[in-house]
Amino acid sequence: MTERTPISTGSDWTFELIQDYDREIGRVAREFGLDTYPNQIEIISAEQMLDAYSSVGMPVGYNHWSYGKHFVSNEQHYRRGQMGLAYEIVINSNPCIAYLMEENTMTMQALVIAHACYGHNSFFKGNYLFRTWTDATSIIDYLVFAKNYIMKCEERYGVDEVEAILDSCHALMNYGVDRYKRPYPISAEEEKQRQREREEYLQKQVNELWKTIPQLGDKADHHDVKRYPEEPQENLLYFIEKNAPLLEPWQREVVRIVRKIAQYFYPQRQTQVMNEGWATFWHYTLLNKLYEEGKVTDGFMLEFLQSHTSVVYQPPFDSRFYSGINPYALGFNMMSDIRRICENPTKEDKKWFPDIAGSDWKETLTFAMQNFKDESFVQQFLSPKVIREFKFFSILDDDKERDLHITAIHDDPGYRDIREALSKQYNLSMNEPNIQVYNVNVRGDRSITLRHVRHNRRPLETESAEEVLKHLHRLWKFDVILESVQDNTVMDTIKCGANGIEKKSTEKDEEEEELSLIQRV
Amino acid sequence: MSYIVDRRLNGKNKSTVNRQRFLRRYRKHIKKAVDEAVTKRSITDLDSGESISIPRRDISEPFFHHGKGGKRDMVHPGNKEFVTGDHIQRPQGGSGGGGGGDGDASDSGEGIDDFVFQISQDEFLDFLFEDLELPNLVKRQLQGIESFKYVRAGVVNEGNPAKINVVRSMRQATSRRIALTASSRRRLREAEEKLAALQEQDPVLRDKRKEEELELEIAKLKRRINKIPFVDTIDLRYNLHLKQPKPTSKAVMFCLMDVSGSMNQAMKDMAKRFFILLYMFLKRNYEKIEVVFIRHHTSAKEVDEEEFFYSRETGGTIVSSALKMMRDIMKDRYPADEWNIYGAQASDGDNWNDDSPTCREILIKDILPQVQYYSYIEINPRRHQALWREYETIEATVEHFAMQQISDPGDIYPVFRELFQRKETKRAS
Repeated sequence: MTERTPISTGSDWTFELIQDYDREIGRVAREFGLDTYPNQIEIISAEQMLDAYSSVGMPVGYNHWSYGKHFVSNEQHYRRGQMGLAYEIVINSNPCIAYLMEENTMTMQALVIAHACYGHNSFFKGNYLFRTWTDATSIIDYLVFAKNYIMKCEERYGVDEVEAILDSCHALMNYGVDRYKRPYPISAEEEKQRQREREEYLQKQVNELWKTIPQLGDKADHHDVKRYPEEPQENLLYFIEKNAPLLEPWQREVVRIVRKIAQYFYPQRQTQVMNEGWATFWHYTLLNKLYEEGKVTDGFMLEFLQSHTSVVYQPPFDSRFYSGINPYALGFNMMSDIRRICENPTKEDKKWFPDIAGSDWKETLTFAMQNFKDESFVQQFLSPKVIREFKFFSILDDDKERDLHITAIHDDPGYRDIREALSKQYNLSMNEPNIQVYNVNVRGDRSITLRHVRHNRRPLETESAEEVLKHLHRLWKFDVILESVQDNTVMDTIKCGANGIEKKSTEKDEEEEELSLIQRV
Repeated sequence: MSYIVDRRLNGKNKSTVNRQRFLRRYRKHIKKAVDEAVTKRSITDLDSGESISIPRRDISEPFFHHGKGGKRDMVHPGNKEFVTGDHIQRPQGGSGGGGGGDGDASDSGEGIDDFVFQISQDEFLDFLFEDLELPNLVKRQLQGIESFKYVRAGVVNEGNPAKINVVRSMRQATSRRIALTASSRRRLREAEEKLAALQEQDPVLRDKRKEEELELEIAKLKRRINKIPFVDTIDLRYNLHLKQPKPTSKAVMFCLMDVSGSMNQAMKDMAKRFFILLYMFLKRNYEKIEVVFIRHHTSAKEVDEEEFFYSRETGGTIVSSALKMMRDIMKDRYPADEWNIYGAQASDGDNWNDDSPTCREILIKDILPQVQYYSYIEINPRRHQALWREYETIEATVEHFAMQQISDPGDIYPVFRELFQRKETKRAS
């Protein structure tokens, strides 16, 4: 070990020290080949951190009561000591903005710098989802545009009116994403210029679609007519923005804003394990390197390790603290495991990962970071060793069986099944009901039909689905029908018209029949 | 390269608007919670906020998600004794189907049904006194030593040097210079262009005389332009401030309480709560407020707050003694043309029989014409006595006199609301 010349010894931070640490960590990060956006490190107070929390980390955002709700509940939890504040928030922008809390000790500040400013930052810059779906250079501008636009709408049309539209859009926010098509990059400059043109153009287009006067008794030739849209549409908000018959131009713009913001957050929802794992792996690696170089003290390392271990702790399923798989824990372990496989492969590794065992770990890890999302990352890199360490087991929950079944555990025959099941667990389109726009009755009553395609017979939660339909009805303004489809037969229909909700279910009868059958037996 | 920015001095209340939106949306819920809270807790801790709880499903934001049923795989960590092929019983209520695999944890949490949050004292009082109004809120003005405040009233052409508006003056000067030199500058430019064109020619071919002429012309124009003064007196603009009389809003509140032997501590506590409510309500309407405490049994005495509420006395009751004292203090210290006077009297209704008509007389003749509002509460679960009946005749004739009966602490707030309800709503109901 070299001679120890630590950057600092106390626990208090100063701006000079932060600068020194940042320089050192940045140097080490470059030595490891991390490619980052420039950093903007902002020191904020706890109150400001609470503010940042409730706006889901966006530095500027339009006003809406739901953010107030988050704020109020976070504040309450924080005051009562039920919740600690995150040490940091980092924003996918260029320059990459990271918030550091003033309450942190010097060690924590260094940890956060390594974690956010070099870990997350390089992930934002490198990962393919972020590269395709978000535009780091323009997001802040766009948020400013959105905030101002919504403020102007509130002035012109009243807070209640705007709030109602936003509520409805938020209900559909998860369905405002193009999953397969690369969206147009958003930029504030362009937005402003194009926004007015678009308003007029859109309205014209919509009028075109609805030009036919609705006629009754049209049903005879209904089957000959092609459905509109011809192919089912997954992006509900986009479809509404472009096709809703009675929306005002400004309302379309509001729909668009919510849609764009949903799009911006889409990659984050798909890369939680990888993103946190990557950042945790790098803060661990970078700070250990500084320790080897003698730049930090033993005390620093103890404090750092204490906090690091609690971050990557995975409580077992039967623990009081268990709330699902900890993405930090899984991500960090997988990242470290990839390094291990590259550097010291065992026989098992050579069998399971013939192409990466023994390769250069930095290259392999960077490749993994750049080209995967949680789902495929787990599918590709979850090793038997990690499965064993986590003691993973897989449960099958089938409502047709009385008991739950353990289908696989952390043993030889189970590895592949576990990996498969865990990978699916991170597949967003598996977790969210698959709902698409199926048909619009263009020539008749203008009703819109959505189809929910059931996977593994999993039904929709009806109560909230009804609420969402009411919101959709507010946007569409004509009847809204949601059909739940299984094996090409419609099981459930919920219709939301001007007079409220109507329900029709074929499934209930079936169940009752089954029940009566069982009773007879 | 990293930039380090200190943002701690930036505003920290970025969420205020969102928070207000939230409160606004759930106004009804909060109002209900506040009303309940007031009847429950003691009025003395009205100076803290209140925690409000709203049923969680009322504020949930709906989204499409899976319900119970169907078939799904879940992966959990921390296996201890399971082996492949085990059957285990479905846990009750927990991770049966809904949620995202974390069913057990969130379902067993405490108070998950209610969304609880804190509102500040100010917000609490806002909700508390919502739709209440001070009757007769004609603010009286102080005569003689009226206070003034200065308000901005734009920019004018005349004023004293201390009030020069530099930006506007310079803007004026610039536009004047541009206007006055426009033609000279145009000619200067033309002359310079000509000269330049001339000088490009071969020295032999140059028209020397013309060159000199142009140079002279240029010099002359430059002089003319420079002669235009940079700032002229006509450019000067001054800020105008106007003196506006500031209406004074001083109020005095008289608290009158019977402390005779028949008033026990519980009754006094109720009276105290009523006085505190009134005090806080007045405080929201007036910048400056003074309180006079008068206690009485057979004779009246002006006392401080502590003594008013807590020292013990016994003996008979002569209510008019307190009213007389109030009248005298008003005359001496709080002339009605300077002060907004509010009177609140609490008693158990006991009085010497022949004293009650005297009370009525003092109130009608000396006190009521001077005060903004006078309220009487009788803390008495039993039937009314002479004083109440005398006062009833006053209530029938005088508009800013009100009376109510309180029999237990829960009544205080409703009675208070009754007394100060907005006139329109009163009529409507």
